[in-house]
Amino acid sequence: MNWTAIAAIYRFEMARFFRTLMQSFLSPVLSTSLYFVVFGAAIGSRIDEVEGVSYGAFIVPGLIMLSVMTQAISNASFGIYFPKFIGTVYELLSAPINFLEITLGYVGAAATKALFIGVVILGTSSLFVDLIIAHPGAMLAFLVLTCLSFALLGFIIGIWASNFEQLQLVPMMVITPLVFLGGSFYSISMLPPFWQNVTLFNPVVYLISGFRWSFFGMADVPVGMSLLAIGGFTLGCVAVIAWIFKTGWRIRS
Amino acid sequence: MAPILEIRDLRKVYDGGFEALRGVTLDVEEGEILALLGPNGAGKTTLISTVCGITRPSGGAVRVGGHDIGTSFRAARSLIGLVPQDIALEPFEKVWNSVRFSRGLFGKARDDARIEDILRKLSLWDKRDAQIKELSGGMKRRVLIAKALAHDPRLLFLDEPTAGVDVELRKDMWDIVAELKASGVTIILTTHYIEEAEAIADRVGVINGGALMLVEKKARLMARMGQKQIELQLADRPDTLPEALAHHRLEPGPTPDTLIYTYDTKAERTGIRTLLNDLDAAGLVLRDVQTRQSSLEDIFVDLVKGPQP
Ligand SMILES: Nc1ncnc2c1ncn2[C@@H]1O[C@H](COP(=O)(O)OP(=O)(O)OP(=O)(O)O)[C@@H](O)[C@H]1O
Ligand SMILES: [Mg+2]
Repeated sequence: MNWTAIAAIYRFEMARFFRTLMQSFLSPVLSTSLYFVVFGAAIGSRIDEVEGVSYGAFIVPGLIMLSVMTQAISNASFGIYFPKFIGTVYELLSAPINFLEITLGYVGAAATKALFIGVVILGTSSLFVDLIIAHPGAMLAFLVLTCLSFALLGFIIGIWASNFEQLQLVPMMVITPLVFLGGSFYSISMLPPFWQNVTLFNPVVYLISGFRWSFFGMADVPVGMSLLAIGGFTLGCVAVIAWIFKTGWRIRS
Repeated sequence: MAPILEIRDLRKVYDGGFEALRGVTLDVEEGEILALLGPNGAGKTTLISTVCGITRPSGGAVRVGGHDIGTSFRAARSLIGLVPQDIALEPFEKVWNSVRFSRGLFGKARDDARIEDILRKLSLWDKRDAQIKELSGGMKRRVLIAKALAHDPRLLFLDEPTAGVDVELRKDMWDIVAELKASGVTIILTTHYIEEAEAIADRVGVINGGALMLVEKKARLMARMGQKQIELQLADRPDTLPEALAHHRLEPGPTPDTLIYTYDTKAERTGIRTLLNDLDAAGLVLRDVQTRQSSLEDIFVDLVKGPQP
């Protein structure tokens, strides 16, 4: 393992993040506050509790997941797409490193940034509502795993994309709807039975449910299922990336 | 000693079916400078990219320092530095960080003194904290060189290092190449400028249509194909040459009062002495004499115009 190379990529990617630290910090604070104003005040005044938890607190895990997933994807996809776009990818391809090392560097950095955003949102939320975290260890594990797996997905999207439109396409057309319909802002049990069943095909449901369980000890689906889903998703992404580097798909001509 | 670079029957067919390399075989000895000449689309960049791991070979084998680029890619690539043809740099990064990144990417431990040394040699030290986008094109090219040198490669590829570079920077570049050679680095460069190959290379390779047409010591190449010409300027050139001069095969020169005599530098007798004697005997008075050696350019044009493989 070429750890020096992994660290070099990681550092280089994090430097991009630190150059715009203020932006990286302010935008999640602002958007979280807006969500609380809109959802918490407007809708929360009509729904006061969901399964014994105040609505304001109930949406926090979903809110964090929504941002963490989109951030992880956009950071990782941009991180690898940009070198392809400006041509600096030649350096990665000619360096004595393998696919695992390149992936660890880029995905590690993207996941770190997403984790940072997640923590900022958690902090901002605690200013608006009283938060209790029932299972802090599990909470952290779900958060980190989500950051990692979605950064992996973003990495794949970044390699696949051949223009900026495509880079935006998957997050906008696939991820955002899945997250919004994945119970970020409501409990699955609030839906009619037919839609409850449809929802179970949405993988994001399992992630949000598990994450919410770590806060409030209640879940839409069993926690084991959530863990299985996120583990399977991560492995799937790793397999795709391994194949990409083996065949040089969209990277090596 | 084994060559530092061994290329055997290297082939590359791009996805679209285009055959960019048609079985290139080439050995490069440690410490030499090889210039690759060839017209646009000849396959120079493809050859370099394949050796460096950027494109996948379709056939053949490449060994760098004895390491196969496929099975021992780490050992092989550790020895190689690449300065690509197109300037590709992260615009918002600082010069220093960009060069340090390259060193790290090759798995070398951080060494600020070494990077300082490289930046100073390339006259980039004053710009170390500048963002890449603030640099001129020539400076960016130097940053690319600094990045390629950051991990102390033994084999350096310079893909058209002086394309679009002014005369001064080109001279600088030649000095850098000479210095690297002195420190034992093997250099393979591509260029469209024949003078460049003539000025700095030990050996010259000519590539065209994906095939290596010839690789030869520069001096031998020039001697083998080189011809020398003497331009004789006469005080008064007669309309018809005297019979005694016919066997010298003189040709009319660029101006009415000049004659051109062509001879082979490798021939045992150049015939110059008899020519001068005969001119004297014919009563022709010489005003001036100039000699010209045919350049690599002439040789190159001949080869490329010749039949394709
Ligand atoms: N990625 C690619 N896919 C398909 N064809 C390619 C690709 N890259 C290069 N080629 C083709 O391969 C041939 C050789 O290209 P290459 O870039 O190696 O030439 P070159 O000798 O470096 O030319 P130049 O002097 O213009 O830089 C060209 O005909 C080019 O169109
Ligand atoms: Mg080229």
